[in-house]
Formats: sequence, C-alpha cells, structure tokens
Amino acid sequence: MLPAFTILLVCQALGEAIVRLAGLPVPGPVLGMLLLFAWLARKGEVPEPLARTSAGLLEHLSLLFVPAGTGVVLYLDLIASEWTAIVAALVVSTLATILVTAFVMSRLGSR
Amino acid sequence: MKDELFQLWVYLSATPLAGLTATLVAYQIGTAIYRRSGGSPVANPVLIAVVLLSLLLWSTGTPYRVYFEGAQFVHFLLGPATVALAVPLYRHFATIRKSAFAIAVSILAGSVTAIVTAVGTAWLLGASERTMLSLAPKSVTTPVAMGIAELIGGLPSLTAALVILTGILGAILATWTLDAAGIRDWRARGLGVGTAAHGIGTARAFQVNELAGAFSSLAMGLNALATAILVPLLIRLLW
Repeated sequence: MLPAFTILLVCQALGEAIVRLAGLPVPGPVLGMLLLFAWLARKGEVPEPLARTSAGLLEHLSLLFVPAGTGVVLYLDLIASEWTAIVAALVVSTLATILVTAFVMSRLGSR
Repeated sequence: MKDELFQLWVYLSATPLAGLTATLVAYQIGTAIYRRSGGSPVANPVLIAVVLLSLLLWSTGTPYRVYFEGAQFVHFLLGPATVALAVPLYRHFATIRKSAFAIAVSILAGSVTAIVTAVGTAWLLGASERTMLSLAPKSVTTPVAMGIAELIGGLPSLTAALVILTGILGAILATWTLDAAGIRDWRARGLGVGTAAHGIGTARAFQVNELAGAFSSLAMGLNALATAILVPLLIRLLW
C-alpha cells in the first residue's frame, strides 16, 4: 500500500509543480491523473498494490467531500439573500446538463 | 465532575482528533442510512454527513476553522484520490478510445448547457450580476471553479459553496432523471453525471457502476478544461 500511495503523491506533486510553473488552468491533481495514466499506458498494466490502493480510495470518494461540504455553512447567508434564483438555477442547470450530455452520447456513441 | 468534563472538552477541541473523528462518524451514519434505504440517491451520504456536522458545529458553537483543523486530513486525500482516477480510466481506455469523438462532442454540449442554463435561469429570476458570475463555473471541480469565478469577477467563496451544492444535487437527481429519459447506456450515464456534478457525481457513479464511474471521471476532467476555456468566452459574449 505504501509504495502505491507514494506513486499517487509523486504524480500529484509533479502535477502541481508543472501547473504552477507553466501557469496551466487545470488543478495539479488533474494533471497528476494524466501523468499516472501515461505511466500506466507505458507500463501496459496496473500493478496489483496500486489497483488495491486506488480502489480503496475511490470506494470512499464521497467521504473526501464532507469537510469541504460542511464549509457551505459559512456561505449560507450569501445564498439565503438570493436563494430562489440560486436554487432554481442549480436545479434547472443540473438536470439539463445531465440530460443533454447523456442524450448526445447515447445518440452519437451507439456502436 | 462538571469541571472534569469541561477539561476534557478543552482538550478535545484543541486537537485535530475531534474534527477528524466527527467527520468519520458522520459519514458512517450517512453510509448506514444510505444502505438501509437500499441505495436510494436521496439518502446521499455526503448530504447526510454535511447536515449532521453543520448541526454539530452550530449546536456547540464551534467555528468551521477549528473543525477543519481535524477534517483537513480527510480533505487532503482528495488530491491522491483524483490521481487514482487514472486507474479506472486506464482499465476502460479501449472503450473510451472507440468513441472518443462522441465523448468530446457530448462533454462540450454538456459544458455549454451547464453554463448557459445556470446563468440564464438566474438572470430570468433577477439574480445579481455577482451571483450570475459565481454560478457560471458551478459544474466543475472546486479549485478550477474558484479560479474561473475570480477571473470573471464572481465571488470565489460563493462559487465553492455552489459547486458543492451542485455536486450533491447531481448525485441525487442523476439516477431518476436518466431512468425517466430512458438512457440505459452506462457510458452516457457516466458522462452526464460527471459533466454536471464533478467529483461528488463521480463518487455516486462509482457506487452504481464501475464503467459509469470511469466515464464520469473522464467527463469531470475534460469538463474542467472545457469550462475554463468556455466561461470567459461566453461571458464576454453575454456582457
């Protein structure tokens, strides 16, 4: 597990470094994901410990959003002042985005 | 006795232990309710945990900053977990490559829809300009969304809250919406939820189906890129 976790952190650190040095508009971990992907593609397989560690992390992906989610309480006042417009915009936009994306894919991507 | 309890409280609130433990306990309760409900999307574990923790902070008068000193250890794992998404992506790469063009068009269509419908609905309902600009990047992962909001004159902290709400909303609504629309293709379903609801939607997708999770991760990453380019362009057109 430790070597696998080290690989994940190294990829993230490289990602953060490249994003900062090159001034890219993506977060470091997203670039880190691409770096790990490139490494896996070169290797041609997923090493078993990495497979297990990433499965463990992704199984509890929801948990990792809880601290930031709780931070929403800080901004309830900001949201409360225009809550009807905000709630409507979020619901309409989320529904429309899910439907449009999935619909286009199911039409264009049929085998 | 009362004095000892107070001493204990002083000790606990001064270490990161309390915030970390509370986060895990709240999440376990959320997961237990989610399982009890038979995996109902309404019983979203993130939503339940956030409500429980907010009530806890409010009732004990604990500032968020103090809570976060403990919770940051969980929050930190978001980075390595994002990197770990490369593993399911790599596993399903053959499937992804086969429909690369369809994927690119779908995500682009979804990205424009997310921006235009959010800003449009808020505008119709008379929202302030600051709110509209803060809503524009709400479908992408928090650091990207905050960066975009800052660039176009929105309020990054408001955007961060809107991103989280969007994620929870997407995770709750996706299954029902896609079933109602009769879309059963796991690739299409994954792309939909990942484009609309970033990581929180992706977490939900992984709970339902691994292929959907892989496509949701892909959509989340590509939509972050698309939105970073599209929002400043569209805002310039609209204003």
